Amino acid sequence: MSTAAAIILFAAVTFYAIFGGADFGAGFWDLTAGGAKRGERPREIIDHSIGPVWEANHVWLIFIFVVLWTCFPEAYASITLTMFVPLTIAALGIVLRGASFAFRKAVFRTRLQRHFGAIFAVSSVLVPYCFGAIAGGIASGRVPAGGQAGDPVNSWINPTSIVAGLLAVSVTAYVAAVLLTWDAGRLSDDTMVGYFRIRAVAAGVVAGVIAFVGLFVARNDARYLFDGLTSRALPLVVVSVLGGLAALVLLRGRPHRGGRLAALIAAGALIFGWGVAQWDYLLPESLTV
Amino acid sequence: MMHVFGGLLILVPMEVDPVPWARAQMAFTLAFHIILVPLGVSWAAMTLIANYRAIRHGDRDALRLAQRWSKYMAVTFAVGAVTGTVLSFEFGLLWPQFMGKWGEAFGVPFAFEGLFFFTEAIFISIYIFGWRRLKPWPHFWSGVPIPVAGIFGSASVVAANAWMNSPQGVTLDSTGMIVDVDPVAVIFNDAMPLMAAHMIIAAYLVGGFLIASVYATGMLRGRRDRYHRLGFIIAFTVAAIATPIQMGVGDGLARWVYSNQPVKFSAIEMVPQTSSDVPETLLGHLNSSGEVTGGIPIPGLASWLSDPSTGRSTVVQGLDTVPADQRPTIREVNVVHLAWDIMVGLGTLLFLFTLWYWASWIFRRDMPQSRWFLRCAVVAGFLAVVTLEAGWTVSEVGRQPWIVYNKMKVADAATTNTGVWFTFIVVALLYVGLGITTILVLRGMSRRARREPRFEETDVPYGPRETADRPQVRAG
Repeated sequence: MSTAAAIILFAAVTFYAIFGGADFGAGFWDLTAGGAKRGERPREIIDHSIGPVWEANHVWLIFIFVVLWTCFPEAYASITLTMFVPLTIAALGIVLRGASFAFRKAVFRTRLQRHFGAIFAVSSVLVPYCFGAIAGGIASGRVPAGGQAGDPVNSWINPTSIVAGLLAVSVTAYVAAVLLTWDAGRLSDDTMVGYFRIRAVAAGVVAGVIAFVGLFVARNDARYLFDGLTSRALPLVVVSVLGGLAALVLLRGRPHRGGRLAALIAAGALIFGWGVAQWDYLLPESLTV
Repeated sequence: MMHVFGGLLILVPMEVDPVPWARAQMAFTLAFHIILVPLGVSWAAMTLIANYRAIRHGDRDALRLAQRWSKYMAVTFAVGAVTGTVLSFEFGLLWPQFMGKWGEAFGVPFAFEGLFFFTEAIFISIYIFGWRRLKPWPHFWSGVPIPVAGIFGSASVVAANAWMNSPQGVTLDSTGMIVDVDPVAVIFNDAMPLMAAHMIIAAYLVGGFLIASVYATGMLRGRRDRYHRLGFIIAFTVAAIATPIQMGVGDGLARWVYSNQPVKFSAIEMVPQTSSDVPETLLGHLNSSGEVTGGIPIPGLASWLSDPSTGRSTVVQGLDTVPADQRPTIREVNVVHLAWDIMVGLGTLLFLFTLWYWASWIFRRDMPQSRWFLRCAVVAGFLAVVTLEAGWTVSEVGRQPWIVYNKMKVADAATTNTGVWFTFIVVALLYVGLGITTILVLRGMSRRARREPRFEETDVPYGPRETADRPQVRAG
């Protein structure tokens, strides 16, 4: 029973990471799109892309909470007690992001749009970083079992958390760039296809490098995770790498539907790989499923 | 500005008892979110009423109303969605021991709430997208799931809150830990039906008065066109139907509290010692030695209302029947009693106001035209929100010191994190900013709508991007 719940939990985390992550990543490109004039067209594509689904993806997050507190209440209490600060930042970031995205569309003066846009974009980077840092803290065994509070600072400011946070930002940026390339292709905007394609490649390379560095960090800082990643989770790691490369290949020329799928698989396999790597610990190495 | 932040950062390590701050933060964020709830639940229904009229009677003003309301609704829905997400964070951040112990039961209604929220978000999106892409009737039907999901969603959330008042459906072992949960009994606990009905009808009442007050303001400023009149009538009629029903449901709920949460009831009615022939004291307060001071007592009314069949001889349990650490403090009793007086008083006032409206329809076949009526309608929007907040205060403060009635105390449920006072300040500032911005954005949208009457669905959250090959604008 609890095994099934844990699998559902990691599946929900994976879905939130790829679907919610794509929304956050779009915010990253919004942030880096440059001034109002230069960044106008990319921002239009971003708006078009996430407009209809925006914020509905948080339902995955709520679902994660619900599964956690219903099936693993003790672990949930431990996580919220230990990760109070990054969770609070993430919550506030979600408020700022969702509200300012809505406001930006509803106001018409450029100056106001720019203000709301900046809030939207900055919080879009902050939130995935915090979630990544929390995941890193959990994976490296810094959250104790038994509804206890761990170290309030070291639990999310530590080598594994920093790498995981950066990885989260780069992966969301990568997935978003791939999806945006495809969206631009659907709108037959070749300039923007090229614009987002180059960014997808860049983000993919950066994510790859961070993941590679992360393996070495984990070897010293999160041994259980490292052992898992290099044994039972190895197939998923390979799938993730292949998916990431395949997506970039499929983006050449006219964007291909498969590229989108490959990018989602790459991100999904990475997150699910984390779950498999720390199996059967929910909180390594103190609380098992 | 940086200086202020710097100063605050130095203060962060300061250790302050987290319990009052956690309560304050939860209360503040809920008080904010609860204002958006009526809009999410009832505005969609009013939009559909206008939409129905537009298609049925070819009414262009009604169509314009429905189109604009769907836009404004998208903004308030967005703010409601994110502030709602924050609440799900706070359950864990502020009340980890509560979630750790009772999460298995308390979490159940939230799973359903998540589903309904998702449904609501999807259909809001389809409805806004559909204005020019769907035929009129399919488009209308694509909007119907929004208020339905809103009703079931709020029923689910209220079920969770009701469970805290009436914790059923759990089997505990000898150490008090949950060993078995019956999800159906958790959701449909004894307190749930009346509490859910009270909240959903409140959503229609408050939403109706609030939106009517906006159109009343417009009419007072001389915009006495058919469009404003229609906007007012739809919203106010919804409120005028909900208000009398709400009085009946509220009365039933009070009697449920009388039978099932006697201590909460004695706080509401401010009854220090058990007795019969208890007066209904309007206003007034308990002094430091726990005696009723001031106020206007109406002899025997509280007893009579508690159970009319036994009249003034009905016995009302007093606060002193339970030890002091198992009942609200004197200060809390005073808050509950005052909030109760405000809720009942303003609710009655709003009810009398709707009688004016109905009387005018019956005798003059039209809504009241006088400026005084419109002025009252403007104030009623504000008063309805105050009534809602007061009612919610009665429910929450009246349950103190329990977070789970007679099973767990608030103080035992709270986080041990001593920095909560700081997050409370940050959250409060952020939410004040959010509230002001929301109002300004809505006002800006309405001004623009007056300047450029042509309807654009592209400048709305959830709306599509402008495309070159835009199809023709449908009727209106």
